[in-house]
Amino acid sequence: MNLIHDLIFDYTLRNVALGSAILGVVSGVLGCFAVLRRQGLMGDALSHAALPGVCLAYMATHSKSPVVLMIGAALAGLIGMAIILLVERRTRIDPGSALGIVLTVFFGFGVVLLTVIQKGNDANQAGLDKFLFGQAAALVSDQVTTMAIVGGAALFVVGLLYKEFKLLAFDTGFAGVLGFRPHFLGGLLTGLLVAAIVIGLNTVGVILMSAMLVAPACAARQWTNRLSAMIGISALVGALAGLSGAIISVLQERVPTGPAIVLLLGAIVAISLLFGSAEGWVWDWIRRRRNRLALPEPSR
Amino acid sequence: MSADLQISLVAVAAGVACALVGVFLVLRRMAMMADAISHSILPGIVAGYVLAHGPNLLLGFLGATASGLLTVVLVEALSKGKLRQDAAIGLVFPILFALGVLVVSKYFANVHIDTDAVLYGEIAFAPFDTVNVAGRDIGPKSFWVLAVLAIVNTGFIAVLYKELKLATFDPGLAASLGFRPALLHYLLMALVAVTTVGAFSAVGAILSVALIIVPPVVASLLTERLPRMIALSVAVGALGAVLGHRVAAWSNVSISGMIATVLGILFGGALLFAPGRGLIAQWSRRRAQKVRFATEMLLVHLATHQETAARDIECSLPHLESELGWDREVAARIVGRAERLGLLEREESLLSLTEAGLRQAYLAAER
Repeated sequence: MNLIHDLIFDYTLRNVALGSAILGVVSGVLGCFAVLRRQGLMGDALSHAALPGVCLAYMATHSKSPVVLMIGAALAGLIGMAIILLVERRTRIDPGSALGIVLTVFFGFGVVLLTVIQKGNDANQAGLDKFLFGQAAALVSDQVTTMAIVGGAALFVVGLLYKEFKLLAFDTGFAGVLGFRPHFLGGLLTGLLVAAIVIGLNTVGVILMSAMLVAPACAARQWTNRLSAMIGISALVGALAGLSGAIISVLQERVPTGPAIVLLLGAIVAISLLFGSAEGWVWDWIRRRRNRLALPEPSR
Repeated sequence: MSADLQISLVAVAAGVACALVGVFLVLRRMAMMADAISHSILPGIVAGYVLAHGPNLLLGFLGATASGLLTVVLVEALSKGKLRQDAAIGLVFPILFALGVLVVSKYFANVHIDTDAVLYGEIAFAPFDTVNVAGRDIGPKSFWVLAVLAIVNTGFIAVLYKELKLATFDPGLAASLGFRPALLHYLLMALVAVTTVGAFSAVGAILSVALIIVPPVVASLLTERLPRMIALSVAVGALGAVLGHRVAAWSNVSISGMIATVLGILFGGALLFAPGRGLIAQWSRRRAQKVRFATEMLLVHLATHQETAARDIECSLPHLESELGWDREVAARIVGRAERLGLLEREESLLSLTEAGLRQAYLAAER
């Protein structure tokens, strides 16, 4: 019972738990579309691409306010996304290479900007790079509110355009034939990913963000064939992992929040692959074994 | 040897070693595997540290390579099942990385393994860690590691060139001819892992991934032949390394970051200006096609109506606007162009085909 009391009244625990759960839900929902549209690595690329935006936002405003940095991160993420989509549409370069180029080049440029800022003899800049590497334990309630607003807005758009996004995820060509604009819708849906990434950057950090988007969706996919159910399960898995990861990291000494959440997600995916659906690896193994035993021994 | 020259040499060696394996990785559409490997080697490094009870180059290297290969195996296993490759990659490497971070922060809180420093890389320190042979300083350790890797990768490609080429472009045919594409695949992946490990301790994870992916993609925009693509990749990697280092030294910013930035600029240049494949070439080709098609349409239209009673209406300039759906400006431009080419003649607003124009109209209509 102590835990529930702390969840409500302990400032740190409440913020970390709430922030991680919000991230879990938002990335769980958006991750479903990303995985279905084969954009599982988009999250990884765009979260790295945010670094120069964070640096430029700081250089322009000299403020380390999370909202300012988040806006910078979002703008850089959107530019990165536009380049990836342009390259995918206009050239024969494969999507993976396009992602890799934007990821490394944007991040490298961000590192250059970081050294420029550090040279500026500006005591205020200390810890700027930490914005990208996740420090869930340092979340303050203002940040959690911002996360809730950004995430809520992204989920609202998904709710509004659910039918269109569903069509896009399963049959882009048909969506075009029906008169929807697949490029616009696709860009919008990928743009929403940026919202999830911006929320995730200062919670789990740039590297683990990829798993926040992919893992809940992959786990959910094992249990259902319906998109609506997949989104529901995925959001639930994300929220659960976020919440319990946050609690574990606050209660256990020296367990960082991001890795705790991601390892929990990994365990959930493993269980889902083993037991989820009739084709789960365990059921599959049992069925094959039974079939083998049922066959008569080969005659000599 | 000056520190600057040493850093340049390390960067060029990294560029060459990475570009060589990168070509085949990019052609196999597995570029992001390099990114995954570069992150998931963390638990391997940690395991090496634990086994050796302290920092140990060899065990760290072996551990890192092992966890790089583990990443490949896990991704393959998952993407053969019910996940797609991109999802499998996006799932496996963060989990391995998280495992590494967790172990470091739980049990080695007093040891300094700075996870973000690993990402940024600090090639500027290369000259401080040199190798001594028989009492003589023969240069930075990371240069020798990368030079050996570049030679090993060159040897691998030279010996197995035919097999690699076949297995990359047509794995099915390679298998049916009795080569073993899977074995070759794992060999290549092992080299990618070893190269990433070697490059990443010298130049950082992100730059080593940039050096693996960007030069081959730039090369693929410029040529369609594999040998040329390999040579160009190596050249682009080395050029990016040298230029990036020069600019960084001059403006005193992160060398690794600047090399990645310069590679990005090279990519942007190739993307825009590459002959044939580049965006500008595509754009001007599309424009030329539009003009040519419009001219042919005009010629065929005139040829159809010029001997008929409705000639005065059908073949007048204002009528084209409603007939062909052109606005005045387009109509004037296309007609002007055809007139200059001697395909038609104009009296007031009445258009009539010349001999040459009529011939082209028939050619176009026949096609």
